[in-house]
Amino acid sequence: MYKIAVVGDYDSIYGFAAVGLDICPVKDREEMRGRLKQLAEDGYGIIYITEKAAEELGSGLDEYRERRLPAVIQIPGVSGNTGAGVEGVKKTVEQAVGSDILFGGIGE
Amino acid sequence: MAAKQVNPTRMELTRLKKKRITAIRGHKLLKDKRDELMRQYLDIVRENMEVRVKVEAGIKSANRNFVIAKAGMSEAALNTALMAPKQEIALEPGGKNVMSVDIPTFEYKMRTADENDIYSYGFAFTSSDLDGAVKSLADVLPAMIRLAEVEKACQLMAAEIEKTRRRVNALEHVIIPETEESIKYITMKLDENERSTQIRLMKVKDMMLEEAHHYSEK
Repeated sequence: MYKIAVVGDYDSIYGFAAVGLDICPVKDREEMRGRLKQLAEDGYGIIYITEKAAEELGSGLDEYRERRLPAVIQIPGVSGNTGAGVEGVKKTVEQAVGSDILFGGIGE
Repeated sequence: MAAKQVNPTRMELTRLKKKRITAIRGHKLLKDKRDELMRQYLDIVRENMEVRVKVEAGIKSANRNFVIAKAGMSEAALNTALMAPKQEIALEPGGKNVMSVDIPTFEYKMRTADENDIYSYGFAFTSSDLDGAVKSLADVLPAMIRLAEVEKACQLMAAEIEKTRRRVNALEHVIIPETEESIKYITMKLDENERSTQIRLMKVKDMMLEEAHHYSEK
């Protein structure tokens, strides 16, 4: 049985607790990296992470991309949508096809 | 000239011919795998984008609702209200196999069936905006889980497509031409040896006849 976690700044994620997700408020980068690793090992199937937090982590997320679990999914935080999530989808298209032939015009 | 040094022997030739057959077969299979993966990937990545746009819009409006809710009540009251959630979500582990890529599927189950269990607080001390905010988040949740599913599938499939494409290219442009080159080299070399043996025999025969009959003196 997998659980779902949400990682990010408290203001962006506190609401998810009500619908039954586990929230992990984090402040700085080191803490985030540690928590993410811990969550991945703790049997979480999905980890939602705010785009802002993901941006701070940078390449620390790449190691989860090719792993089967957990799925690390970026969601917009309370401060707005940075477009990083859409960018991530485009990145997979680029990886698979060679260049982004599908969503050239979306999100710019 | 062959790219690497090969022994021009019949045994090596047989070995290389077998290798070429295997490589061509592997190339064809991998190419089929790549094409099929690509077809399924393109379907799923379109869905991924659709769901993502939907989820981002949903979360955005939910966040707006939460900000309004937060403005209408004290921080302490808000924290208390959401401190002990009634509802809990669990994912059924599952998976499916798409062209030998193991893709996880997420079936979710709420702990209680009651829809109203998302409200983990008494209604007396919270603003009604909070109810709406929580509801809007709960509404977007199924789409969020679907998003996790397709996005993970996309990432895994993209990695697999990349790997397969590299293999196809390596076979097509390196392994197969190299093997063919070597086969050609060995065939040529063997033919050449054959001819030189032939000529040597003819020479020897001439010499022996000359010895026996002394043609040139007549």
